[in-house]
Amino acid sequence: MRPVSGVALLLGLMALPAALGQRSSESHKNSNESFAIVSFKWDHVKEPYIIALWILVASLAKIVFHLSHKVTRVVPESALLIVLGLFLGGIVWAADHLASFSLTPTVFFFYLLPPIVLDAGYFMPNRLFFGNLGSILLYAVIGTVWNAATTGLSLYGVYLTGIMGELKSGLLDFLLFGSLIAAVDPVAVLAVFEEVHVNEVLFIIVFGESLLNDAVTVVLYNVFDSFVAIGEANVTGIECLKGIVSFFVVSLGGTLVGIIFAFLLSLVSRFTKHVRIIEPGFVFIISYLSYLTAEMLSLSAILAITFCGICCQKYVKANISEQSSTTVRYTMKMLASGAETIIFMFLGISAVDPEIWTWNTAFILLTLVFISVYRVIGVVIQTWILNRYRTVQLEIIDQVVMSYGGLRGAVAFALVALLDEKKVKERKLFVSTTIIVVFFTVIFQGLTIKPLVQWLKVKKTEHREPKLNEKLHGRAFDHILSAIEDISGQIGHHYLRDKWSNFDRKYLRKILMRRSAQKSRDQILNVFHELNLKDAISYVAEGERRGSLAFIRSPSTDNMVNVDFSTPLPSTVESSVSYLLREKAGPVCLDMQALEQRRKSIRDTEDTLAHHTLQQYLYKPRQEHKHLYSRHEIMHSEDDKQDKEIFHRTMRKRLESFKSTKLGINHSKKLNKIHKRDRGQKRVKILSQGPRCKLIQISNEVAFFSFPLDLEFSESEENNDYETLHLGKGVDFLANVTKQNFTDAPAGKNIYYLQRFFSPLKYNKIFKSENSQEENTLLMFEGLEDSYMKEPQEKKMLLDIEGNYRSAAARRVQSRRSFHRPKPLHHPKLQKLASLPASCHVPPHSLEQEETQL
Amino acid sequence: MGSRASTLLRDEEIEEIKKETGFSHSQITRLYSRFTSLDKGENGTLSREDFQRIPELAINPLGDRIINAFFPEGEDQVNFRGFMRTLAHFRPIEDNEKSKDQNGPEPLNSRSNKLHFAFRLYDLDKDDKISRDELLQVLRMMVGVNISDEQLGSIADRTIQEADQDGDSAISFAEFVKVLEKVDVEQKMSIRFLH
Repeated sequence: MRPVSGVALLLGLMALPAALGQRSSESHKNSNESFAIVSFKWDHVKEPYIIALWILVASLAKIVFHLSHKVTRVVPESALLIVLGLFLGGIVWAADHLASFSLTPTVFFFYLLPPIVLDAGYFMPNRLFFGNLGSILLYAVIGTVWNAATTGLSLYGVYLTGIMGELKSGLLDFLLFGSLIAAVDPVAVLAVFEEVHVNEVLFIIVFGESLLNDAVTVVLYNVFDSFVAIGEANVTGIECLKGIVSFFVVSLGGTLVGIIFAFLLSLVSRFTKHVRIIEPGFVFIISYLSYLTAEMLSLSAILAITFCGICCQKYVKANISEQSSTTVRYTMKMLASGAETIIFMFLGISAVDPEIWTWNTAFILLTLVFISVYRVIGVVIQTWILNRYRTVQLEIIDQVVMSYGGLRGAVAFALVALLDEKKVKERKLFVSTTIIVVFFTVIFQGLTIKPLVQWLKVKKTEHREPKLNEKLHGRAFDHILSAIEDISGQIGHHYLRDKWSNFDRKYLRKILMRRSAQKSRDQILNVFHELNLKDAISYVAEGERRGSLAFIRSPSTDNMVNVDFSTPLPSTVESSVSYLLREKAGPVCLDMQALEQRRKSIRDTEDTLAHHTLQQYLYKPRQEHKHLYSRHEIMHSEDDKQDKEIFHRTMRKRLESFKSTKLGINHSKKLNKIHKRDRGQKRVKILSQGPRCKLIQISNEVAFFSFPLDLEFSESEENNDYETLHLGKGVDFLANVTKQNFTDAPAGKNIYYLQRFFSPLKYNKIFKSENSQEENTLLMFEGLEDSYMKEPQEKKMLLDIEGNYRSAAARRVQSRRSFHRPKPLHHPKLQKLASLPASCHVPPHSLEQEETQL
Repeated sequence: MGSRASTLLRDEEIEEIKKETGFSHSQITRLYSRFTSLDKGENGTLSREDFQRIPELAINPLGDRIINAFFPEGEDQVNFRGFMRTLAHFRPIEDNEKSKDQNGPEPLNSRSNKLHFAFRLYDLDKDDKISRDELLQVLRMMVGVNISDEQLGSIADRTIQEADQDGDSAISFAEFVKVLEKVDVEQKMSIRFLH
């Protein structure tokens, strides 16, 4: 029903311009005679209007497709769009027998392709990309050349036998055709791979290959195109040599242009602090300029914009504000997704034009056969070579997916549409063949790749219900393995990476990043840092909720974490098996094997339940759970949540084990007291807002107090052990939170009790420097209880405070009143923290929700 | 890359490690440079803090247990030898090793040693049994937070039931090996160390 209503709507839209067109010409005649208050000017708006309408149609179509999940799960969206395009094209053609709309190379290369490629570059998982760069380059360069050459030559060979009949083409034409049909298309591949869910290495290899090989294709295409132009007879060795040289110049030049523009973009984004509104615009404009510049210099524009995105992402993301970054993310996704939709739809529409069709069964069929066969052969040979050098092997199933995932797409079509009929006599045949190839690969292979993967996966494993033990311990093995990999530093080229990150830290960051952003480190550390902040807040919040922080300090005897209070409400639904089954049947479940086996085995309910629960809730090992890139989704991934959970636990555990070992055994050097007042010119930043970062302090006995949390971060840049310091920083925060933090505000004197937990190095450094600069600011305490004994006066005062602020509400009010003095916020993450709603006052589960927004 | 590392590592030391662990010369020097880069204190040993600084380990649910596995009983420093000995558990079993080492001492990367490594992660009190409590702790680490204690408890019970043969409500190492006999431990617990 729904498609029908959609079609009706579309028909209406189609008819509209025609009807309007007629009316407008009438109104034009009339308007000559007298001044019209309102005139109807269809011609005036015709072009943008039609474009807007098409975009609207495509977008509406997407809505319609997604109304039914059953359809989109089986049929890839790209295939649906092509069919829709065919259908619409048919209607338009039936209406006026004119194929007025088609995907022109200009539109494609100037407006539709750049956003897609930029999106891919900007959201490229860099680490993985560069980690697999060798493999990607091999597939992209050698693989494409191989495909082009073999397809072209084989077709020519077959042509010589005469099966195809008489064609007005020479060897060069065939090679030209081979080169344009050789490249795997990033648009089509991504569209399908996103739905198949393959492992990250495979994904990045195919994705990277499809991005980079476009450049190779375009170069090959240009070379052969010019060869065809100068004629077969005139192609000499020198010309061939020139072709090879031009390949390197074009690709490396394109990359260079991209990098230069990325540099520019990063630099500009450093200074946009006061023009936040147009900040996102720079990202798009400068990247687009890189594309156009490369095009102007006849270098590879695709490579230029890809590398512009890849190189700038780190700096831009650090420089621009959180809101701008969100804007960029969404806009980019919107543009890319929209462009993709339009491309596929117009591929369909373009096919409806009898003008372009010429049928040659042998040629078309053989092309299909050759591209598939040579793709398989190419993949197998290259993988065989690569596997000798790779740490992570590409297995048979990966090779099948890679071979089968070699979809051709709009790039091939746009290139073939660019051909000049005068030079290439068989242009029509090439166009028709390309369209058939594109349709076949996108629709047929797109449809079948998912079942194929499923079938292979199921096939590969024996049909046996894994025991609970096997499942559980198996997962443990995975975790162990990934930990060992991390410890032994297995992933990738460390030497080069180290060199690069050194260079990056020493020079690039200083030039390209805001001062404030320079401090936030590698992504993972950033995540760390944020997590720490949140963890800290939730401690505080939980403390407030319970009225004490005692839960932190209760040393747990077992090694287990105690209550995880970030836990949302205990799940109420999960005990229903049907719920679990339904859950598992959703697209989230990629463990086809488990599903399959589940279906086949009949077990008692409880056991099934146990299996399901495990299946669903066992943490995934690192390799599996990373979702890399999706054109259609902005990922606040499950993974993040998982990472957070685990991180929370780990930190809590470390905190506890620290406490139980160090607190119990070694009392000295535990608590440090610093007079903040006396710090003077020290480079210690105080980051605090009274009501927000309130920390409740509990003595080990009964009393609890409320004080503003004064966080401090040493920014000592002279510290040469910067790396360590930063690494420790995230952890330190936690320590900071739990440190004994007293303020005798009335007396105007703040005393810190610093407790160092994790990073002795850092604190030692701070304390050393402070010691050297001012003596006596640092007092060591044996412990909190001891501090009471030693300073009875202070104790008395603290108890006074306790008396005053016993109730939570009173505490809050009081702290607002007395501590609400504006203090500079210097740390970017803390600024973020401060921009949260007064989070300390909400129970932890609502905090949890805020985290996702961060 | 390994040049600095190899100058610090004496040849005879490398030989000994080679013999003990089966790693190749280049693997040892590579891992040594990793070792030194982890060793922030620069005293030739790694402490727990050194391990804890590896960011990825903080998001590994079993991270801290695995760190602990590097440290011999009661010690809180591990030297390069010990580091390599632990890593050697994860060396893949090569074809020529399967036949060769029948009579000699069992290599560290044998199936049984791999399993024992995993078993020790569970068995905190070192009584060669995984009790219900111990299993529950690991389970709790490995599952998301949305799972209730009762559910977890019943899973633990079932897991033990499934493996338990002598009815002591705990999993001994022999039972652990037995229940995992169909699992390709050799492959699942091996990584290809870079050369």
